[in-house]
Amino acid sequence: MAEIPDITARRAARNRWLLLMPALVILLVAASGPLLITLVYSFLSPGDYGGVEWQLSFDAWFNVFMQRDIFDDTLGWSDAHLSIFWRSVKLSALTTLACLAFGFPTAYFIATRPKKQRDLWMLLIIIPFWTNLLIRTFAILELIRNEGTVNTVLIALGIIDAPIQMLFTEFSILLGMVYVYLPLMVLPIYASMERFDFRLVEAGYDLYATQLQVLRRVILPLVKPGVIAGSILVFVPSLGAYVTPRVMGGGNQLMIGNLIELQFGQGRNWPLGAALSITLLAIVMVALLAYVRAAGNDEAHHG
Amino acid sequence: MAERVFDIRKQTGFTTIAFACFAMLYMPIILLVVYSFNAGTSIAIWEGFSWRWYASAWENEQVQEATLRSLVVALWASGISTTVAVLAALATTRTRRFRGQTAVFALINQPLMVPEIVTAVALLIFFAMIKVATGYTGLAYLILAHSAFCIPFAYLPIRARLQGMDLSLEQAAADLYATPFQVFRRVTLPQLWPGILAGAMLAFVISLDDVVITEFVKSAGQDTLPTYMLGQLRRVVTPEINAISTALLGISITMVIAYTLLSKFRK
Repeated sequence: MAEIPDITARRAARNRWLLLMPALVILLVAASGPLLITLVYSFLSPGDYGGVEWQLSFDAWFNVFMQRDIFDDTLGWSDAHLSIFWRSVKLSALTTLACLAFGFPTAYFIATRPKKQRDLWMLLIIIPFWTNLLIRTFAILELIRNEGTVNTVLIALGIIDAPIQMLFTEFSILLGMVYVYLPLMVLPIYASMERFDFRLVEAGYDLYATQLQVLRRVILPLVKPGVIAGSILVFVPSLGAYVTPRVMGGGNQLMIGNLIELQFGQGRNWPLGAALSITLLAIVMVALLAYVRAAGNDEAHHG
Repeated sequence: MAERVFDIRKQTGFTTIAFACFAMLYMPIILLVVYSFNAGTSIAIWEGFSWRWYASAWENEQVQEATLRSLVVALWASGISTTVAVLAALATTRTRRFRGQTAVFALINQPLMVPEIVTAVALLIFFAMIKVATGYTGLAYLILAHSAFCIPFAYLPIRARLQGMDLSLEQAAADLYATPFQVFRRVTLPQLWPGILAGAMLAFVISLDDVVITEFVKSAGQDTLPTYMLGQLRRVVTPEINAISTALLGISITMVIAYTLLSKFRK
């Protein structure tokens, strides 16, 4: 008797894997597999003209954070790499904070519109989100370059004589990243605010809370999951950003992504590039795991 | 005396910040579009309306080639990724938990979690090995890479649509002796198509917009429109770039609005 469901179950399982097969093959060949090869490459020696020599070496990993002094052969921290890592983390954190400062009120504004208007306001956030990142970076570039709109207007008004150099600085990278990643902050915060029960705010005011107290003690704790999700969604791509720092930083202000690219171009050190990108991946994974745990804890608290 | 209404939803300054945000999001894009019609060569000084930069982009052979290549890659990639995503969604939706489910979801969502630059160099390394071994340097590498990172974007709307569908119609068809394929063809597919279309459009836009992975995977002379633009940024910029951007923007915005309407259609 038990045999029939067993056969159907087995057939269902077989069918399931057959249906999954094409997607999994493509992803294994063009997404996961190459990551493993990258890991292998990070333990090899660099070839003279790019590529690798198949010879085991830990130099690449050593060089991620450390360097050997060329004169006295002493070990030391690799200042060049550390400063790029530091800039990446710093700019990503600042981007996240700025996106939160702008994105939270915007999400709140949309969530407090009449129901029928909300979708339209959200569409205004979603359109930039699906718009080419390069084009958006380029749009902000045109605004602040020396011959761009801001400088032209300021000169025409007689406020300044010579253009202000805004491009190719850390500030321009920050501005560019805030601009391109802002929608990623608004979307999840809005999602968690949409179902917010404003009777709770009313209760807060009835108990003589001030506006700020209502925001801090009532609204913020209840939309915290959205705030955390938004922060992760902004922080992670900022950390791995490549296009925005390349365009807005102009090759002077490198971030990790640009440092990685350099190893495959002029640097001709593929193993180091591989080790750096595995390092970046590890940092991102730690951030994502921290998020999953925080989100899980939150769910547990609210029952 | 009119009583002053106390709005409990008010947070001082929030509306101002929100409007500043919308202005900040749209002003650069609007300026970009406006200056694509500039008669002069400047991207900041207006000298009158003209179509000249659209004409010059249209006649630019590099732009023509890059556009064609972008479209070919995006069509292949969205076609392939949508097809395999439909199959994968059928296999993973409306079933009980199965062994390996977590691994399957992790694999499907990998392109969303791993930074693009990491995937890009991994593909550069892997495809360089294959290029040396086989000598083939055609478009297939780009199509394969794009198909892979488009899969989650195609998969998610299809899966969402499938989850919202009523199982009883399919059961009824099966009760009436329809074969599994007939059930799929005559019952499941007609209900699923808005999801499939939405997924295909997302995949198309994502592929069309990709810069980072394309930049690392492409062989010499295989620029797509975005990588061509990235290359041009180092030179003196004319509104021609604005014209190309505006055309691409038009495609993206049309797709997003169509996608939003399609997901409304769901309800």
